[in-house]
Amino acid sequence: MQAENHIPTGFQSAPVMALDGITKTFPGVKALSDVALKLYPGEVTALIGENGAGKSTVVKILTGIYQPDGGAIRVDGNPVVFPTAQDAADAGITAIHQETVLFDELSAAENIFLGHAPRGKFGLIDWAEMERRSRAILDSIGAEIDPMAKLRDLGIANKHLVAIARALSIDARVVIMDEPTAALSHKEIHELYELVEKLKSQGKAILFISHKFDEIFRIADRFTVFRDGQFIGDGKISDVTEADLVKMMVGRDVSQIFPDRTPVIGNEVLRVEGYNHPTEFADISFDLKRGEILGFYGLVGAGRSEFMQSLFGITRPASGTATIDGTAAQIRSPADAVASGIVYVPEDRGKQGAITALPIFQNVTLPSLARTSRHGFIQLAEEFKLAREYTSRLDLRAASLDTPVGNLSGGNQQKVVIAKWLATQPKVIILDEPTKGIDIGSKAAVHEFMAELAQQGLAVIMVSSEIPEILGMSDRVIVMREGRIAAKLSGEELTPETLVRNAAGI
Amino acid sequence: MLKRFLASREILLLGAIVALLVVIATRFPAFVAPSNLADVFNDTSPLILLAIGQMIVILTKCIDLSVAANLALTGMVVAMINVAAPGMPIVVIIMIAVGLGTLMGMTNGLLVWKLQIPPIVVTLGTMTIFRGIIFLISDGKWVNSHEMSSAFKAFPRADLLGLPVMSWTAIIAVILFTIVMTRTTMGRSFYAVGGNPHAATYTGIDVGKTQFRAFTISGALAGLTGYLWVSRYSVAYVDIAGGFELDVVAACVIGGVSIAGGIGTVGGALLGALFLGVIKNALPVVNISPFWQLAISGSAIIIAVALNARANREKGRIILKTAEHAT
Amino acid sequence: MSQSERIIVDRLQSPAERYLKSWESLLLLVAVAIFIANSFASPYFLNAWNLSDATFNFTEKAMIAFAMALLIISGEIDLSVASIIALASTAMGAAVQMGVGTPGLIMVGLGTGLLCGAFNGFLVTRLGLPSIVVTIGTMSLFRGISYIVLGDQAYRGYPSDFAFFGQGYVWWVISFEFVLFAIIAVIFAILLHKTNFGRAVYAIGNNPTGALFSGIRVPRVKFILFLLTGLMSGVAAICLTSRLGSTRPSIAFGWELEVVTMVVLGGVNILGGSGSIPGVVIAAFVMGLVTFGLGLLNVPGIVMSIVIGALLIGVIALPRLWEKWRR
Repeated sequence: MQAENHIPTGFQSAPVMALDGITKTFPGVKALSDVALKLYPGEVTALIGENGAGKSTVVKILTGIYQPDGGAIRVDGNPVVFPTAQDAADAGITAIHQETVLFDELSAAENIFLGHAPRGKFGLIDWAEMERRSRAILDSIGAEIDPMAKLRDLGIANKHLVAIARALSIDARVVIMDEPTAALSHKEIHELYELVEKLKSQGKAILFISHKFDEIFRIADRFTVFRDGQFIGDGKISDVTEADLVKMMVGRDVSQIFPDRTPVIGNEVLRVEGYNHPTEFADISFDLKRGEILGFYGLVGAGRSEFMQSLFGITRPASGTATIDGTAAQIRSPADAVASGIVYVPEDRGKQGAITALPIFQNVTLPSLARTSRHGFIQLAEEFKLAREYTSRLDLRAASLDTPVGNLSGGNQQKVVIAKWLATQPKVIILDEPTKGIDIGSKAAVHEFMAELAQQGLAVIMVSSEIPEILGMSDRVIVMREGRIAAKLSGEELTPETLVRNAAGI
Repeated sequence: MLKRFLASREILLLGAIVALLVVIATRFPAFVAPSNLADVFNDTSPLILLAIGQMIVILTKCIDLSVAANLALTGMVVAMINVAAPGMPIVVIIMIAVGLGTLMGMTNGLLVWKLQIPPIVVTLGTMTIFRGIIFLISDGKWVNSHEMSSAFKAFPRADLLGLPVMSWTAIIAVILFTIVMTRTTMGRSFYAVGGNPHAATYTGIDVGKTQFRAFTISGALAGLTGYLWVSRYSVAYVDIAGGFELDVVAACVIGGVSIAGGIGTVGGALLGALFLGVIKNALPVVNISPFWQLAISGSAIIIAVALNARANREKGRIILKTAEHAT
Repeated sequence: MSQSERIIVDRLQSPAERYLKSWESLLLLVAVAIFIANSFASPYFLNAWNLSDATFNFTEKAMIAFAMALLIISGEIDLSVASIIALASTAMGAAVQMGVGTPGLIMVGLGTGLLCGAFNGFLVTRLGLPSIVVTIGTMSLFRGISYIVLGDQAYRGYPSDFAFFGQGYVWWVISFEFVLFAIIAVIFAILLHKTNFGRAVYAIGNNPTGALFSGIRVPRVKFILFLLTGLMSGVAAICLTSRLGSTRPSIAFGWELEVVTMVVLGGVNILGGSGSIPGVVIAAFVMGLVTFGLGLLNVPGIVMSIVIGALLIGVIALPRLWEKWRR
């Protein structure tokens, strides 16, 4: 272990907002311990850290969603408390969250102004004024959105622009941007950068959370690094290199190592032809062979997960056929997909992947109950046997097999979900963002295991938004953009540039 | 686009009511005489008042099954007060009724807010408790017309510009709550809480407190209706308005209020109530046995909820560029 | 590390330990306490025939409650059960008028129950409608049809051998109904706790999306649960009709709330995901004992409903209040 990189900061101006020794504990987890963060007027501070480093907890503390257990929040040097989100907003702190924290049934204008709507006579909400001001804000960020349109009728990128407009509608001193470019196209990202410059020139302090280093070096003035809920270092972005930041993030030198594999490609196992959906994807056709790892790359919201869920029988495509081992598969439900040998490890583990309230062994055997039972009656001994076999293959860490899955770490939950599907002895396994929200150690284990599965002749589809993972693991890559296949790449064509270019459409 | 779409749901219902009236009018023109329509409206007023309160509760992802019991208990209390103190001014009686109803609504709201007990369990429980309390305080006896003071009975029937006070109460409530629901922060917070509780928290809205407010409003309206009901029908006993909570929920569902929360308007609740009111009043006129009423309102609920679900069916995420403005 | 495989132990807590700390044990204590209190309060309580009579207070409701428990664990609800009884009873009554014998009446009763359950299940699983609204609708519809058929009349004249189901005794004080109740309890306990189907019910109730993504045929399981609930309502209709010897459209009015109360009191989470059949069995006895005990003390039925309502809220509220208090 080497000493922590602590680069002292030159104080030209006083921070408008600061976190001082903030600690936050959840049952069983210390999310933040004694962290510091300073935000300066007219400057962009990038908050850097892996998933689980405590970034989102910090955002929630800054915006009054969570209360810290210890430490102080200071605005202009004075300690403050934010009992509710409204108090944080009143103090001039605003956050651009993901599209999920908007209201589908309300209009764009109301989404922008909920909680601080313009008032007219008798203190009543002035809708005309709200519409006018919404239009002005939306115009200023170049969004072509009807302020009175219901949010549910907007696309993902436009929803995101509404979220940005909401943040701008508050006369804020501090603007928090939580991965603001995740769902935006290339053009929209550039417009966002211009917006950030404008906010800077207005003297607003900006907290910018991002995984993309090019982005951080492009617009940030300062950085703060967290690791495992602890403050690691901060400083000026001009004083560090990308390698320095990565080292601070993960605590060691990492050139991500992917398993070395010589793929043994077998016969074609899956052929997808002409999959179409009214709003989510169009013209998806490809084939997949035994022993192959096929990567699906694209920006968040490019329609990859939506297509995979359709292939798995969750949603019904408008047209298209899937052929497995030469015979047309009738996939009308996930049960049909499992029966024909296709299984899906979803991105959203808590909601779709595992049934977190149920114990590990019941999760593992859920799709295989027909095999572990006799005439429909449960055989607990058989169940434990199957669960034991697959959880040990995946090197699961848990106190006992009757522990609820919800008590496990993200990486171990993922192992339970994968074990559940391997126990069904599938032909094709679809892994949707398999290492998202998992610590570095478990990541390598998942990659290792994926390689092993392919080696054993399983056909693997891997949806990932991480370029190193896509390049490190895939034999071939399909890039999706706005619901369609933008490119099919293999061999020499597989470079970060080709991926990014095709994903962004430039 | 949005306004047209929103309006269409209510316009559709309005169209259905008008069509119903037209069909009845072809055979029984007397039914659509203004005076008769005014009677139908007056008769439906209690349902309208309760449906408005219920709509707000349902907006916040809750349900209030105790409204009818609340109404009955408040009605019995004010009737007994009237018997004991015939000279008490009606204004005081109304204040007591609203206050008592509010108190019962707050009880529901507190259990939901502070103890996070599911609303259906809470109001199922308070519903039976409220009914039981009526029995305890009245000893199972009726308070009849001749025991009530004439002022007590006269108020809801008093004529004001050609309409009884009962009808005016409903009209004022409709106007007042339309303003509250569309033009005030509290009104919009009901929509926010039901539409996306998670996002509401991020916006600084306390979900539990908002649900508490919804129950309080529902209780207050039930209390007010309790007095109006007992004085108009000039009788109070344990079982008045028995099962009426289902009519109230039915009015909301028919009026396009989504049981999943976040969708609904005062206009919708009004029209839903009127739809049921017209059917109830029309059956005897068109010589259909009143025994048909229950089955008809049941069918109306099922058809309405099926139509609502069709309109709100999850269309999937909008990813393809061509799909975005097609809707 | 040379040894790459780690074996994880199956269980940390023994099943016996789990039972001791469960809701069911607490409830059992309550049941025993009520039993003891009753036997001190009234000299008529500890009498085999009186106790046997008392079981009729809950056996029919409990039969439905077992199916309802599964339905609620899966995250749905059926408020139309009492109306299914009314419709099934009416159908049987109509069949009697046509001279159908006892075996035929059984078929008619069970068939009507299954049809009603299928109708609810179709609306919920095929059209994707919320079950609480659907079954409020069918609650009016089913009973409404009974009213259309019967109006203020009643069906009588059931064959004399039909009386056995509600009035017959198998051995000494053990009634046929009680035996049927016990058999049904065992069947549902096995179905829920010992079969793949039961496992799917829990999975769906805890996380319907996760269950669907795990390859469980969620709509099919839910449809079967609605069928079962309808079927058990049909069974209850046979017993109740046989016991009363007549059918009126108001038969079993309000039972849906008592059935739901029984299920919730038995420790089934109204939001789905957890609960057990033994819990519901004990809850049935608790409710039966309370009703019987208060009845012996000449407490009127409506006051018992206060106790039941308070019990419903209390059993959920008290642990949560205690939890808050300790913090």
